Amino acid sequence: MKIPVTITVNGKKHETEVEPRTLLVHFLRENLAMTGTHVGCDTSSCGACTVLLDGKALKSCTMLAIQADGREVTTIEGMAQDDKLHPIQQGFHEKHGLQCGFCTPGMVMTAADLLANNPKPSETEIRHALEGNFCRCTGYHNIVESIQHAAHAMNG
Amino acid sequence: MTFIGKSVKRVEDKRFLTGKGRYTDDIKLPGMTHAVIIRSPHAHARILNVNTSKAEALPGVVKIFTGKDVAELNGVPCGWQVDFKNGDTMKEPPHKLMVADKTRHVGDAVAMIIAETYAIAKDAADMVVVDYDEMKAAINMREAIKPGAPLVHDDVPNNICFDWELGSDKAEVDAAMAASHHVTTLEFINQRVIPNAIEPRSAIGHYDTANDRYTLYTSSQNPHLIRLLLCAFVLGLPEHRVRVVSPDVGGGFGSKIFHYTEEALVVWASNQIKRPIKWTAERRESFMTDAHGRDHVTKAEMGFDADGKMTALRVKTLANMGAYLSTFAPCVPTWLHGTLLQGLYTTPKVHVDVTAVFTHTTAVDAYRGAGRPEATYLLERLIDTAALEMKMDPAELRYKNFIPAFDGVKQEGYTTQVALQYDSGNYEPVLKRALEMVGYADFRKEQEQARKDGRLLGIGFSTYVEACGIAPSAVVGALGARAGLFESAHVRVQPTGKVSVYTGAHSHGQGHETTFAQIVADKFGIPLEDVILEHGDSDSVAFGMGTYGSRSLAVGGSAIVKSIEKVIEKGTKIAAHLLEAAETDIEFAEGKWTVKGSDKSVGFGDVSLTAYVPHNYPEGLEPGLDFSSFYDPANFTYPFGAHIAVVEIDKETGKVDLKRFVAVDDVGNVINPMIVDGQIHGGVAQGIGQALFEGAIYDEDGQLVNGTYMDYTMPRADDLPMFEVDRTVTPCPHNPLGVKGAGEAGCIGSTPAVANAVMDALSPYGIFDLEMPLTPERVWTAMQNSDAVV
Ligand code: FES
Ligand code: FES
Repeated sequence: MKIPVTITVNGKKHETEVEPRTLLVHFLRENLAMTGTHVGCDTSSCGACTVLLDGKALKSCTMLAIQADGREVTTIEGMAQDDKLHPIQQGFHEKHGLQCGFCTPGMVMTAADLLANNPKPSETEIRHALEGNFCRCTGYHNIVESIQHAAHAMNG
Repeated sequence: MTFIGKSVKRVEDKRFLTGKGRYTDDIKLPGMTHAVIIRSPHAHARILNVNTSKAEALPGVVKIFTGKDVAELNGVPCGWQVDFKNGDTMKEPPHKLMVADKTRHVGDAVAMIIAETYAIAKDAADMVVVDYDEMKAAINMREAIKPGAPLVHDDVPNNICFDWELGSDKAEVDAAMAASHHVTTLEFINQRVIPNAIEPRSAIGHYDTANDRYTLYTSSQNPHLIRLLLCAFVLGLPEHRVRVVSPDVGGGFGSKIFHYTEEALVVWASNQIKRPIKWTAERRESFMTDAHGRDHVTKAEMGFDADGKMTALRVKTLANMGAYLSTFAPCVPTWLHGTLLQGLYTTPKVHVDVTAVFTHTTAVDAYRGAGRPEATYLLERLIDTAALEMKMDPAELRYKNFIPAFDGVKQEGYTTQVALQYDSGNYEPVLKRALEMVGYADFRKEQEQARKDGRLLGIGFSTYVEACGIAPSAVVGALGARAGLFESAHVRVQPTGKVSVYTGAHSHGQGHETTFAQIVADKFGIPLEDVILEHGDSDSVAFGMGTYGSRSLAVGGSAIVKSIEKVIEKGTKIAAHLLEAAETDIEFAEGKWTVKGSDKSVGFGDVSLTAYVPHNYPEGLEPGLDFSSFYDPANFTYPFGAHIAVVEIDKETGKVDLKRFVAVDDVGNVINPMIVDGQIHGGVAQGIGQALFEGAIYDEDGQLVNGTYMDYTMPRADDLPMFEVDRTVTPCPHNPLGVKGAGEAGCIGSTPAVANAVMDALSPYGIFDLEMPLTPERVWTAMQNSDAVV
């Protein structure tokens, strides 16, 4: 049995049918072939799958695609505009906030939510905001600096 | 144009930042099927029956294979042989692709479901009924080697894989120990940790019937070696018809070096069903089947004279192999551990004894640092404990025992008691710098005041040397390696002067596309964007030994330099011809060949074009500007450093707050400081993870109790401070770049520094020795059990 849904992803409306059990992350990766959103675990612990749902950061492995019906999803693929990196992406580039890149989409999306609500976060606030996202490569040091860099670029 | 030594921003970043990275699980081939593996829930059980009939009837199921179907195939081989002390051959039981008779750890593969979709394969897996006859398991190493313990493999008595020793004459070590003024003894467990790269392992097998070719996409640090093992040892496939591609790899830390059964399974099965098959581990499968790290049970004793000079070191270790021998498992507790036990000290007598043990647990193999963190933990815990016992300053105690500086050029390399010759080292400055950065003199005052105020502040040290840049092939061959450990490089200058570089190293986060391009652009004097790096595909890269053991730059980078030199040499011939001068009068610098002492020159692009349009060309010279090289290092490289941790412990909860972490590392010359700092950060974080948070917990039945991300504690952003890093530079004397390698250093130095800091903080309680991870519960309990009034 498939269920019709309308989900807007990065500004583009997708009217389609999904199996009720399909997770949002699998909908993005399998149905839409948008593989920038990653799966790192099966317990909603790693944050590699983080996207924005109506502007709020959300682990897309914790939600069914049908629950996103009628809503707006932003993924990592929607961050850069006209080939110009979003300031958060630019911050990660400037400050070497990524190594293997696997956690990176989730980190960027989490940072987007943070900076939308707290334009000038302290180091502690950044670290707190990232507590749902694992990075095994960077030790977080440069991720913190990347987000500070982005905050500065976005808000002076 | 100078690029070497500059913090050039990474050229690979953009694809990762925009969601365009291409990891194995991102790949979708036409007609691709999906595999789910049914794994044993028991550590040790006889398989009585596997009933797949219901699952087979489910629409969408393509095929189900069980252990019986692969019984005739070889298993995955071990790549290193360490024989018994008495000369008997290492016990090397088979590691079949799936088991038919008996399971040997939780997660052992029993059957593989292949279906049209992943969801159908999962549904079908639930319908397979496996009857097991559960048996007692051997989990704890100390118990496993006792007579009468359950056997992991029927033909391995007492579960002993091999025993091994190294160092000075045992009787001399015993005598030196007995004659020591003071002996510090520690008995401890260097606990099992789980690498946990955030990208789960994934493999896609594809047999192309029309061309009789196989392709394996796999999340591996080591695609060429996987191909060799797969072809020559497991499936007996013709190597030239097999392509192994390792696309973007989401971290490895050692765990993706090894040849895993799933890689062979998807390749073999794709020929059976004539369709591509993808398998991707769920996280719980990664916990059960990725090779784990560490897991030593150790007794270590260090002797000192009255002045605090080390007199002897004696070490006895049980090393867990798990249920099967993973690719490099035997060399980790031996040649990567025993050989590092002299550390950076002049200890005159050293003896190490290792017994490798099979247990009904997941295989253990190299994890970031591999053997060297175990050696460093042992030494550095002994030294800080000895300092406490002898009431000496731990920094002073180290200064007293450091090997004096040697550069490997004017002074010879330093030969240890445990088989190595260090290439170059200058140990005092790293500790001096770290002490300065942490403000040691003031810290002790602050600590004294804090203690008066009832606060528990502690400082811990660790100075280390490691062996990396792995490795001279002949040397490791003599030590039991069944592979060479050279690296290959191919530098192809295109007619327009653009350069493609092919390396057998394979980045899984280290930024090779940037660092290696920096070397090439720098040496050729061309813009960075004129260089592109290709790696990870056995069709484009001739051969390679992969990325691990901090070897990519020291070995792979050196191979690239060899090819660069060949290009320049041939370019000189072409330039001499074009400039009508003698070759000896030509010099190459900044992208052009110039007649010495004149302004007559010809550029890199012109020479490149001439090489491919050889109209006006030296007689007898082959066209083209395209060179491959193999580089086999003369020695290991020996980075070193000093790490200092400052902690404060909450008396009420036992929680350790890591307040500061200072790391001064010497990794030889540095190509890209930004990337090297990033490697140090990441390594330090993992080492801190082992000290404070991480540890695999098996119950007595062999269940991995904390086998999920919810239960296995890894450091999160709010567990760690900003790291304070610096470096000194002591070039490697035996490779052309003077580099030593930086991938593992952080993870080797950091663990004991943190553990020592916790012990220092707890010293008012008379607590000197606690097992890692130093969780609040463990620390709190120790404080409660102490009689001291603090
Ligand atoms: S995949 Fe790990 S939290 Fe979603
Ligand atoms: S960059 Fe590899 S997990 Fe974060």
